[in-house]
Amino acid sequence: MAGIVSYGTYIPYSRITRAALGSGRGERAVAGYDEDSISLAVEAAREAVAGAPAIDTLLFASTSPPYAEKLGAATIHAACNLPEGVSSLDLAGSTRAGLGALLAGADLAAAGRTALVCSSDVVVGAPEGPRERAGGDAAAAFVLGDGESSIAKLIGRASLTDEILDVWRTPAMPFARQWEDRFGADALLPLMRGAATEAIRAAGLQAADVTTMITDGTNARAVAALPRALGLKPEQVGDDLAASVGRAGAAHAGLLLARALDRAVPGDRIAVVVGADGADAAVFEVTQRIAQARPRHSVEAWIESKRNDLDATTYRKWRGVLPFEPPRRPDPDRPAAPPMRRSERWKYGFVGSRCTACETANLPPQRVCVACGAVDQMREEPYADATCRVVTFTLDHLAYTLQPPVVAAVLDFDKGGRIQCELTDVDPRAVAIGNEMEMSFRYLYTAGGVHNYFWKARPRR
Amino acid sequence: MASNGIRDRVAIVGMGCTPFGEHWDKSADDLLIEAAVETYRSAGVEPDAIDAYWLGTMGSGWSGMALSEPLKIQYKPVTHVENFCATGSEALRNACYSVASGAYDLVMAIGVEKLKDSGFSGLVVSGVADDGTSSTMTAPAMFSLLAPAYCKKYGLDQETMKDVLARIAYKNHLNGAKNPKAQFRKEVSIEAIKASPKVAGMLGIMDCSGVSDGAAAAIICRAEDAHRYTDHPIFVKALSCIVGPAEGYKRQEYDFTTFPEVVANGKDAYQQAGVADPRSEISMAEVHDCFTPTELVLMEDLGFSARGEAWKDVLAGRFELGGPQPINPDGGLKSFGHPIGASGLRMMYEMWLQLRGEAGARQIKNPRLGLTHNLGGQPGRCVSFAAIVGS
Repeated sequence: MAGIVSYGTYIPYSRITRAALGSGRGERAVAGYDEDSISLAVEAAREAVAGAPAIDTLLFASTSPPYAEKLGAATIHAACNLPEGVSSLDLAGSTRAGLGALLAGADLAAAGRTALVCSSDVVVGAPEGPRERAGGDAAAAFVLGDGESSIAKLIGRASLTDEILDVWRTPAMPFARQWEDRFGADALLPLMRGAATEAIRAAGLQAADVTTMITDGTNARAVAALPRALGLKPEQVGDDLAASVGRAGAAHAGLLLARALDRAVPGDRIAVVVGADGADAAVFEVTQRIAQARPRHSVEAWIESKRNDLDATTYRKWRGVLPFEPPRRPDPDRPAAPPMRRSERWKYGFVGSRCTACETANLPPQRVCVACGAVDQMREEPYADATCRVVTFTLDHLAYTLQPPVVAAVLDFDKGGRIQCELTDVDPRAVAIGNEMEMSFRYLYTAGGVHNYFWKARPRR
Repeated sequence: MASNGIRDRVAIVGMGCTPFGEHWDKSADDLLIEAAVETYRSAGVEPDAIDAYWLGTMGSGWSGMALSEPLKIQYKPVTHVENFCATGSEALRNACYSVASGAYDLVMAIGVEKLKDSGFSGLVVSGVADDGTSSTMTAPAMFSLLAPAYCKKYGLDQETMKDVLARIAYKNHLNGAKNPKAQFRKEVSIEAIKASPKVAGMLGIMDCSGVSDGAAAAIICRAEDAHRYTDHPIFVKALSCIVGPAEGYKRQEYDFTTFPEVVANGKDAYQQAGVADPRSEISMAEVHDCFTPTELVLMEDLGFSARGEAWKDVLAGRFELGGPQPINPDGGLKSFGHPIGASGLRMMYEMWLQLRGEAGARQIKNPRLGLTHNLGGQPGRCVSFAAIVGS
């Protein structure tokens, strides 16, 4: 039997109120101008793999993969410093990819593997449309392994497949479209109810035995109607986070499952159902290990850590929906493949070096020690989780960025070593010498169709 | 210090400098031709007399052919030199050494930059292919890091620092207003400087040097031959180039209130020239005022002010044209403009004029020793050059 061994989530720092997007209550989470579904997934995965057993399989599910062709999982793999012998795969094209990947990960775990399953989405809708308002950006990551060491065992599952045109988008379309939603609701609800009922039955349970029911899918009407269709009581239905995060595409079911795990006690049964072109359903039973396996940030903690003063113009500029006048500066250069490969451990993994002769940290990794001049006597030292402090900083109003000004700082790590990098998720007015920062995986810019990923520092969240 | 120096072994016997500015009607070739022709005339020589050339340009051309082709140099050695914003000074230094070595009798150092064809604001450097992790900071941002660090170390409040920086810009514009070749020939009020649009950190647009086009050149010979070419040669007392290991961005010891490269530069140059007390012995200096905080910190690094005291000297007017130690009498990078490859030679051009008594409204009384200081890179990671000359 397989189960969830550990998990992590990520909700970006920025929110925009639905009022700012035209109408509606609450707010949605917004990936920063320097974030995409891969970088969101990395942040969630970092929390999931901390303390997890050795990973040998990596699945990345998203309806907004940054590359139409190139393995997103490979970037996550590099950023998490996973070993080379990992089998990696991207799943895309449907909101079902998230829960589908989780179930595939469970199958692999049942076969003896240990799978990191990341689901992540940056949901973009046409300006002033319902998708723009209802969507949200977030990521969830789970490590699936042996049921005996798990915090939540997979005790029942079911899947149904049926061709239904509800939500669709061709590669050339910037925004997804949806058929008249009453049709989708009528077509999907029976499938979702069928999968849920079968998964609960397979677990040897009745609907009334489910502690928390998580429902998600492309069709909001079907999602809303399912609990009643299953005869559930209101207290069995988990918060859908519509008011605080928005529906985060393929990541949403995982995010809601993680939130349920954040609150679960041993013995809780959590059911998850996702409807799109059919339905997937899974039932988990929470084990005694749950208390020892919680990630650094709960979903609630991410939700509370925010700015929500974003305006619609800035948001649409960040998403590339709105063209804007660039600064009179040259476009950034495309990063080059051989140097990126040579510095993979630094660029993606943020692994620095320390001199074995004099113990001075050298960042980025150096061959000749900056302090004692020893040649080729470095050992690797990870810095992704290290904290640092602002030595000096500036607001660069001239540099190329989607969010001027660039906040650039020189940072000293508490454990030694210095870097200069951009700050992100920061109020430029609040930066001061001595501020504590932590590292976050971002992309700096896209040039020549190449996404240039690297780390930035952000105030501790 | 490991440099022996070539004190009084070579002389500059001719110089030329184009006006600096936005020369929409001139190419780098045009600027090189103008500076070279003016310099040949200044030394009273024909192009044939020059044995070898050093061309300094950071991005306006490649190889010695960037000079040989426009000037139609007839099968002679031409070397392209690049060392960031100290490029022009490096052309001069290498040209001087070639004469001191005895390899050549008469050489030309020439620097040029054509910045205003790019269509971009500020300085643009084309990078080498890399992994995309290097800094995206612009030049003003890099140098703006000095201001908060200096304030914190010496207890200056933001307002006082603003006054100090504005005073530096004000002085350099006042000097530039007296210079027919400067890019900006207008006085600018302290209020206008302080109110200029923000560029980076505490720096407004009026804290930044002018982005411009221009060229400057010098002809160098052995000291004993100098009077063949001019009655008023100037003699090279010291040439110092210091390049650091760029440790300011790697070591926590560096605090962004100094350029260690410049400190080493000063020591090296003063030792070569036999200067014991730069504050009293250096009559005047052209320093690399790319941004106002740079000039402030340079005063301390070059020994013109005590540590932590330069801001008081600035406010006391010590470095003004009528003051005891004029700095950037020609207007500096700030108002003369900063065409990268030309700037180091432009600095030397002002020493040439001042030491020969040809600086007109900017003439300093009886200057004895002049210093040029030229910097490339950023605080914590730079190349630095200093020269000392006298008549």
